[in-house]
Amino acid sequence: MSTPFYVSPQQAMADRAEYARKGIARGRSLVVLQYADGIVFVGENPSRALHKFSEIYDRIGFAAAGKYNEYENLRIGGVRYADLRGYTYDRDDVTARGLANVYAQTLGTIFSSAAEKPYEVELVVAEVGETPEGDQIYRLPHDGSIVDEHGSVAVGGNAEQISSYLDQRHQDGMNLSEALKLAVQALSRDTNGSEREIPAERLEVAVLDRTRPQQRKFKRIVGRQLGRLLESGGATTEAESSDEE
Amino acid sequence: MDFLSDHQPEMLPGNRQLPPTQGVIEAPHGTTIVAVTFPGGVVLAGDRRATMGNVIAQRDIEKVFPADEYSAVGIAGTAGLAVEMVKLFQLELEHFEKVEGAQLSLEGKANRLSTMIRSNLGMAMQGLAVVPLFAGFDVDRAKGRIFSYDVTGGRSEEHNYAATGSGSIFARGAMKKLFREDLTEEQATTLVVQALYDAADDDSATGGPDVARRIYPIVTVITEDGFRRLTESESSEIARAILERRLEQPDGPRAALL
Repeated sequence: MSTPFYVSPQQAMADRAEYARKGIARGRSLVVLQYADGIVFVGENPSRALHKFSEIYDRIGFAAAGKYNEYENLRIGGVRYADLRGYTYDRDDVTARGLANVYAQTLGTIFSSAAEKPYEVELVVAEVGETPEGDQIYRLPHDGSIVDEHGSVAVGGNAEQISSYLDQRHQDGMNLSEALKLAVQALSRDTNGSEREIPAERLEVAVLDRTRPQQRKFKRIVGRQLGRLLESGGATTEAESSDEE
Repeated sequence: MDFLSDHQPEMLPGNRQLPPTQGVIEAPHGTTIVAVTFPGGVVLAGDRRATMGNVIAQRDIEKVFPADEYSAVGIAGTAGLAVEMVKLFQLELEHFEKVEGAQLSLEGKANRLSTMIRSNLGMAMQGLAVVPLFAGFDVDRAKGRIFSYDVTGGRSEEHNYAATGSGSIFARGAMKKLFREDLTEEQATTLVVQALYDAADDDSATGGPDVARRIYPIVTVITEDGFRRLTESESSEIARAILERRLEQPDGPRAALL
């Protein structure tokens, strides 16, 4: 006759956290940076169709590292939450803080419920304000906690290394081109310290641009515009970053 | 939205219980909306009057709304219901775009609006009809297209020009005589304001340009570059130019007899 092993709650939680962390670390990292006119999302993503970044609402963007089906599920949930809220009340009543709270609840519940496996995802919810001071960036790790971030944040594989690299070099008031180049440099550093080249075709870039005249501030940067921003010697003008493809 | 109908069905206009009523419900009604295509896009415009019976309920109501980047909808009929329908329509297009990562086709948008009008049939039979006009730029075919509807949700594509609302018969007559295949964007915007002027001339529920209060028709243009609403100064310029000419010729420009 076998008796079930006793596993202490501490051990059970540590095992689940370990499992989720490993899952997240398998994916490629991505970074979210503040720049003068908004917030830029940069990540390495060989796929054109499966996005890591997406629009949630007018001023709110979403970034995720980890398992695609799990974060896609959370993304659609977030879009539903935001659209329903905006329709019921007003577009101004949809905030990143509210959305981050919903995500934290969801992730936290899944993480601590014994019946489900924890989600192997790490999310970033960002909202662009009228001024750089109004920008909000929240990082949501797999266990349902919320971290309020400023300046720059990295999630995914070797996030710690990348974020320490970014913390040293990120400045407030960088323009889009500078921020983008810094992000690419940070992403192209390998775990063992060597650098590798990430071609522009493998980059996924999106911005929440507060200078955009439309109500919806989220925009993907692709093709020629991306190439131009990566090449230009930091002399990007606002006109360049806001013109449409 | 499917999610909404499962989750909070009372939020959707079609799912509300109607109280039994007798006679006609008095509610503000919007009136004339016109649309014209031109090579490269489409113009959608509406007057600014809302009426309740024989009373002018509102002088400066806005009845033309962007549905998304490449389409717009103009509303005639019960103002309150119509505005809510447009809000839901906008939401639905945006929601689809965000979830799927691609825009609906113009046909898809037109069909969706058709279903929404049909869900309002119960209200329409009590006199609270909503009859919109939908115009958009078809990105795949690279041209402007217009769709008109009836109260039952019947959808039909209109070629060249279309009008809806109480003043639509007069507006349509004006547009028939003024329309040409090779209109420029400026000519098309002038044409729609002319048509609205003619509608206001003969229909008491349609408002003409109000120079004293500076209330001018809302004119929107949708082209390859997306939706654009003419600024107040632009639409006032068109309206003033037309007024100027009408001081000499009250019936407006004359078409050739043969």
